[in-house]
Amino acid sequence: MTFELVLFFILAAIAVATAVGMVLSKNSVYAALYLVTNFISVAIFYLLLDAPFISLAQVTVYAGAIMVLFLFVIMLLGAEKIAPELNWRDMAIPLVLAAALMVEAGLLFVQRFSQPFTASADGAAFADPMSMSVTLFVDYLLPIQVTGVLLLVAMVGAIVLSKPEKKGQA
Amino acid sequence: MIPTHFYLALSAILFSIGALGVLVRRNALVVFMSIELMLNAANLTMVAFARQYGLQSGQIFVFFVMAVAAAEVAVGLALIVTIYRSRQTIDIDDMNRLKG
Repeated sequence: MTFELVLFFILAAIAVATAVGMVLSKNSVYAALYLVTNFISVAIFYLLLDAPFISLAQVTVYAGAIMVLFLFVIMLLGAEKIAPELNWRDMAIPLVLAAALMVEAGLLFVQRFSQPFTASADGAAFADPMSMSVTLFVDYLLPIQVTGVLLLVAMVGAIVLSKPEKKGQA
Repeated sequence: MIPTHFYLALSAILFSIGALGVLVRRNALVVFMSIELMLNAANLTMVAFARQYGLQSGQIFVFFVMAVAAAEVAVGLALIVTIYRSRQTIDIDDMNRLKG
C-alpha cells in the first residue's frame, strides 16, 4: 500500500463520517461544523487529484464564505434546535431509497470506469494556476463574465429579500 | 496513484448521504447543507475525471459550480430568513402554503 492510498482511505473515512454526522446531528451548529470538516477533507482530495487551485478555492469559498453564511443564519435565527427529533420509523423509506441510489451509482461507475487508470505523465503540470488562469480568462471569458453578473444578481436579490418589510406594504 | 473509480465510489457515497439528508431532515438549514454536500460530491467526480483525461475543463467547470453554489446559498439563506420572519419556523413540513 502506498502512502497515497493510505491517505485516501483515512480521508475517505473522515469524509463519510462527517457527512453522516451532519445528517444525523440534532444541533444545526454541529451539522455546520461537520460540513466544514467534510469540505476540508474534500479539499485535500483535490490536492491529491493535482488540482491545487480548485483545492484552495474550495477552502476559501466553501469552507470559508459559504459556511460562515450558514453559521451566521443559524445563530441569527437561533435555529440550533428548531426541528423535531429524528424519527427512525420515518427514516425507513428514505434509507432504502438512498441505499438504492448509492448501489446504483456505484455499480454504474465501477462497471463503466473500472479499466486501469493511466495517469497523464505531466499530472502536476496540467493544472497549475498559470495555465488554469489562461484557460479561465481566454477560453472561458464569456462564462466567467456571466458568472460575475450572476453573483451581482444574487447579491442584489439577497439584499432585497432580507430587507425588512415596510409598514403598509407587504 | 489512486484509481479514478475509488473517487467515483466515494462521491457516490457522499451524494447518497446528501440525498438521504434532504429526505429525512425537516430543518430547512440542514436540508440546504445536504444540497451543498451533493454539489461537492459532483465536483469531486468532475475533478477526478479531469485528472484521468488530463483536461483542464473539468476543473474550470468545478469553479463555475462553486460560483453558482455561492449565489444559490446567498439567495436561499435570504429566503429562509424571510420565511422565518413571517412564520417563526423553518420546519419544511410547515412550509405548505404559498401565501405569505
